[in-house]
Amino acid sequence: MSPSDTVLLTTPLDALHRELGGKMVPFAGYAMPVQYPKGILGEHLATRSGAGLFDVSHMGQVTIEAADPAALLEKLVPGDIAGLGVGRTRYSVFTNPAGGILDDLMISKLAPTKLYLVVNAACKQADFAHMKDKLGADADIRMLDDRALLALQGPKAAEVMSGLCDGAAQQPFMSIRETQVAGIPALITRSGYTGEDGYEISVPSAKAEKLARLLLGLPGVEPVGLGARDSLRLEAGLCLYGSDIDTETSPIEAGLSWIIGKRRREQGGFPGADRILAELADSPAKRRVGIRPDGRAPARAHTEITDEAGNRLGEVTSGGFGPSLDGPLAMGYVPAAFAQPGTKVKLVVRGKPLDATIVAMPFVAHRYFKGV
Amino acid sequence: MSEMRFTKDHEWIKVEGSTGTVGITDYAQHALGDLVFVEVPEAGRTLKQGDECAVVESVKAASEVYSPASGTVVKANATIADQPGLVNESPEDKAWFFTITLSDPSELAGLMDRAAYDEYVKGLE
Repeated sequence: MSPSDTVLLTTPLDALHRELGGKMVPFAGYAMPVQYPKGILGEHLATRSGAGLFDVSHMGQVTIEAADPAALLEKLVPGDIAGLGVGRTRYSVFTNPAGGILDDLMISKLAPTKLYLVVNAACKQADFAHMKDKLGADADIRMLDDRALLALQGPKAAEVMSGLCDGAAQQPFMSIRETQVAGIPALITRSGYTGEDGYEISVPSAKAEKLARLLLGLPGVEPVGLGARDSLRLEAGLCLYGSDIDTETSPIEAGLSWIIGKRRREQGGFPGADRILAELADSPAKRRVGIRPDGRAPARAHTEITDEAGNRLGEVTSGGFGPSLDGPLAMGYVPAAFAQPGTKVKLVVRGKPLDATIVAMPFVAHRYFKGV
Repeated sequence: MSEMRFTKDHEWIKVEGSTGTVGITDYAQHALGDLVFVEVPEAGRTLKQGDECAVVESVKAASEVYSPASGTVVKANATIADQPGLVNESPEDKAWFFTITLSDPSELAGLMDRAAYDEYVKGLE
């Protein structure tokens, strides 16, 4: 049986995607819209100029309840979760004993005794088993299978949400609130995966379509599929788990050393701390970098990166075309000595070495909410 | 009036005398989505029927274009390299990819005519 023959799971918005003309593709075991009739280019640009509505209900939503869930979760992630304030959200990763990354995730503190996590769809069963195995004896860990997750992203997101939800415009970046959106009980984080201002809105599955229709009926809001979600996050320099980070790459190699809190650097106590703290002190062998091809040809994942003499440096982990950049862009890993912005490299596309330059990320400046 | 012939890979060729003009079909551009990069073959390149002769890339993926006939490339359409979106707008007219001097016109008999191609595409949907 080929993967396409297996029965795909659907999100609570499946019927709406089809009604909107979404081109449905298998993704992490779910039927998901890769694009709508507007197309990836148009959806991408609509998100950067207005507001894009994304169905991310395939992602895993998990709560951890315990006397001190932060102390427990710190056994699995290198972030400072004890120091995370109530109502605050933080990006982190689950690490393995070899210092690689099992998944990346968002962690929000709903109460001193309750954390809310959002993990990747492809990893959610493994993450859940991992947490149950390591923390289950001391915590009540639940997968919120009865909830949908919508993301509203773009410069008009705050204005759109303000009409449906009190205090939405003032909500700080990387914070969480339990509130109501148009009368629907919701868990709202001000965060996203596009580099734009925006929200991720968790609602009961049964209310998801009502909320999505309401949002899509407002001016400037366009449905956006997985295709543009990928080009938006790539322009924002954000990692895609399974491509840019995986069980081999460490957070330091991936340029995520900022997620490791000061106290955690001093105390360790997370899986793979030996390798990760050594790389922090000494610089890792390779680093994730942004790359701009000098010409117009995109360099896709697994494109070989060489130095100017043709010696292999590494490979592209994500690459394509950036609609807002109006040009090709990529990220990949190179030895630390080649990671400096401005370094000239070659990308071997269809057998031809093409000129490219290491650049700082993000490729398109983040426009997160900075406060009023 | 010259007739267009079509391949199962969704290329078209329009023949006048011993010269063919090659492009991709409306079905192909629609399936690919917004094109952001097109690479056309250089003049003088010799192609066999079925050879990879051009590349089209959308935001998401790269795809190959295969030559519908054997011959030598006469001229490539530089406009589509500068404006890949023209392939989406006018795939079977303005956004031709290249012209080719046919070395074996008998190959064309193996390609579909418009009616057969339309029927073929219907079967894919």
